[in-house]
Amino acid sequence: MYDRLSIRQKQIVWAWAFLAVPILFYVVIRFYPTANAMVISFQNWNLLGDRTWAGWANYAKLWNDPVFWKVFRNTFAYLLIGTPVSLVISFVIAYHLDRLRFMHGFLRMLYFLPFMTTAVAMAWVWRWFYQPVPIGLFNNFLATTGIPQVEFLRSTTLALPAILAPAVWAGLGFQIIIFMAGLRAIPRSYYEAARIDGVSTWTILWEITIPLLRPTIVFIVVFSSIGFLRIFDHVYNMTTNDPGGPLNSTKPLVLMIYQSAFTDFNMGYAAAQTVVLFLILLIVSLVQLRILRDN
Amino acid sequence: MLVKLTKSRVAGVAAATMLAAGTAQAEVEIEYWQYFFDARVAAMEQLIENFESANPDIKVTMTHFPYADYRTKVAAAIPAGEGPDVVQLFYGWLNDYVAAELIQPLPNDAFPPSMIEDEFFPMVGAMREGDNYWALPTAVRSLALFYNKTLFDEAGIGGPPETLDELIETAKMLTKTDAAGNLTQVGITAGMNAQDHHWFREVLVRQFGGEPYLDDYRTVNYNSEAGIAAAGFYTGLVNEHKVSAFGFMDEPQAAFKAGRAGMHIDGSFRIGSLNKTRGLKWGVTELPANSDGMRSNYSSYWVNAITTKAEGEKYDAAVKFMQYVTSDEAMQVWLDVVGELPAKPSVGLTEANANDEVFGPFIRGLAYANTTKFANESAQRQLLIDMVQRIDIEGQAVADSIAIAAEAEQELLNEYYK
Repeated sequence: MYDRLSIRQKQIVWAWAFLAVPILFYVVIRFYPTANAMVISFQNWNLLGDRTWAGWANYAKLWNDPVFWKVFRNTFAYLLIGTPVSLVISFVIAYHLDRLRFMHGFLRMLYFLPFMTTAVAMAWVWRWFYQPVPIGLFNNFLATTGIPQVEFLRSTTLALPAILAPAVWAGLGFQIIIFMAGLRAIPRSYYEAARIDGVSTWTILWEITIPLLRPTIVFIVVFSSIGFLRIFDHVYNMTTNDPGGPLNSTKPLVLMIYQSAFTDFNMGYAAAQTVVLFLILLIVSLVQLRILRDN
Repeated sequence: MLVKLTKSRVAGVAAATMLAAGTAQAEVEIEYWQYFFDARVAAMEQLIENFESANPDIKVTMTHFPYADYRTKVAAAIPAGEGPDVVQLFYGWLNDYVAAELIQPLPNDAFPPSMIEDEFFPMVGAMREGDNYWALPTAVRSLALFYNKTLFDEAGIGGPPETLDELIETAKMLTKTDAAGNLTQVGITAGMNAQDHHWFREVLVRQFGGEPYLDDYRTVNYNSEAGIAAAGFYTGLVNEHKVSAFGFMDEPQAAFKAGRAGMHIDGSFRIGSLNKTRGLKWGVTELPANSDGMRSNYSSYWVNAITTKAEGEKYDAAVKFMQYVTSDEAMQVWLDVVGELPAKPSVGLTEANANDEVFGPFIRGLAYANTTKFANESAQRQLLIDMVQRIDIEGQAVADSIAIAAEAEQELLNEYYK
């Protein structure tokens, strides 16, 4: 049977044989659970008893849950503050690091180090930095200078940026490396031509560097957006006493999903939130790809 | 991560010998599950050994899991006909386990309700549903007031406070601030995230003349004058008397362990870790009474139950095992090994135990303890955390904040019991 196939057909058979492995893997590990989650979102299930059909009840509950809308706003706050801030900082660092020869490798290593650190360890160290007197680093410093202490994590307005800061810092290393690779990929001849024409540095940056970095920027924006929309480790570890608190002011959608599923054991409600998160991620990614690719 | 401790080799030899001798007695093997906690596993190993030597025809296999996976594994295993014949669960999970048909009632001939009601501490009554008890504890836990002896001596305080008024006065003497007015040592720790939500619900609300819940914990009742007074007293520790701060040193027990807190309310399960803290000289006393001398306490416990998987001879063996782990002997082993309090006054209130310097205050507290029937403990705790945050961070009036908490908790209970 196999012998009678043509070479081309044999190639196809082999291609499918190799492709079957990742396809099977994806079906079992990704697609089946995803489809199952969508089914559970229309059911009531507490992990112990039977699953019963709930219709749209979980989605209706979500729509009417003030905590969900608060969490929805928080999630976008992480995205809308985190992505541009990290993009600008990482570009500025990469741009200058690219021109630096002195201790270049060492500095690049320093910037990349936080990216390799586990989020949990980092979150706990920052959590202690933010504590009030007598153990918090920042507040101890403020106290010695006589400035009243700041309740970083016990404030409904400051807690979110305070948690976002180490998350941005942790992602910088990766973005800097990508930006530097992008900068190196721009042909030198463009810069030489511009310099011969006597163009200012500022113009070179706006007219050559940034436009040619577009693919890099698209990649980083999409990547870091997805990261901020899925933020969890930093928030959970910095607020374990009152997860997502105070008063839900730092709770992102993923943490709400986690709590619905594994502290309330309300699997249907958690699955409904997961479907919503999936749709948000899908829409945000598609919109970004469109905007940043077209014009 | 499944750790199995079988004595199968020993049992195998024993079985072989019996067969050879021709006195073949069918050996029943039952499985016991609990979550992993060093001392609890050690205590249970000892109990299983005692039980097996008294009942050579029964073999008990213990399996334990990390706490985080416990509920999921139990839920998946029993309906599939796998898993334990006798299972350990938190008292607050009973309703869920009964509703999901994971456990079966204890037989009335071996565990007559009247006997249980005579012999066990009254809060065990929460394990009765209908004509039967469904589960029974070996040990129970209660709250008490820990205090730092070094700081008490330093401040020249004779002994721990006996009443709530004395508590505030004592706390004031133990509080220290730096030049900028920041607290560097608190008189008493505060945080609803720790055990304080139990202190508020079952102790303070009652001491201010209220009843936290009605209707067998299905109706929230702390949105009352007593509840407002209790919440006012509690947040007053921070706002009015300034003897504490929420979030001080991150966690209440951390502040106490570090010697930065004069007093701390916690459960008997904290004894072990405080003993391991170097340089900390601590004492413990009963929770302070109100001005009329009225005391209250909160008690919680883990229970054992027979699962629906156990049938026939395994069921009979499981009943025998349940009888043993709820016996006086087992309770004394549990106290000695784990440090958790016996669930029967006949064991707990022995002269030696009740006058023990460390266990005494907890055991005396059991006599007047209440046990909240939670629908979802962490969600109900969260509502009280938020109640305090609204007062502390947003400056909301106590009465308004408690009304919001009570309404949200009622909604949660309604949904659970519908």
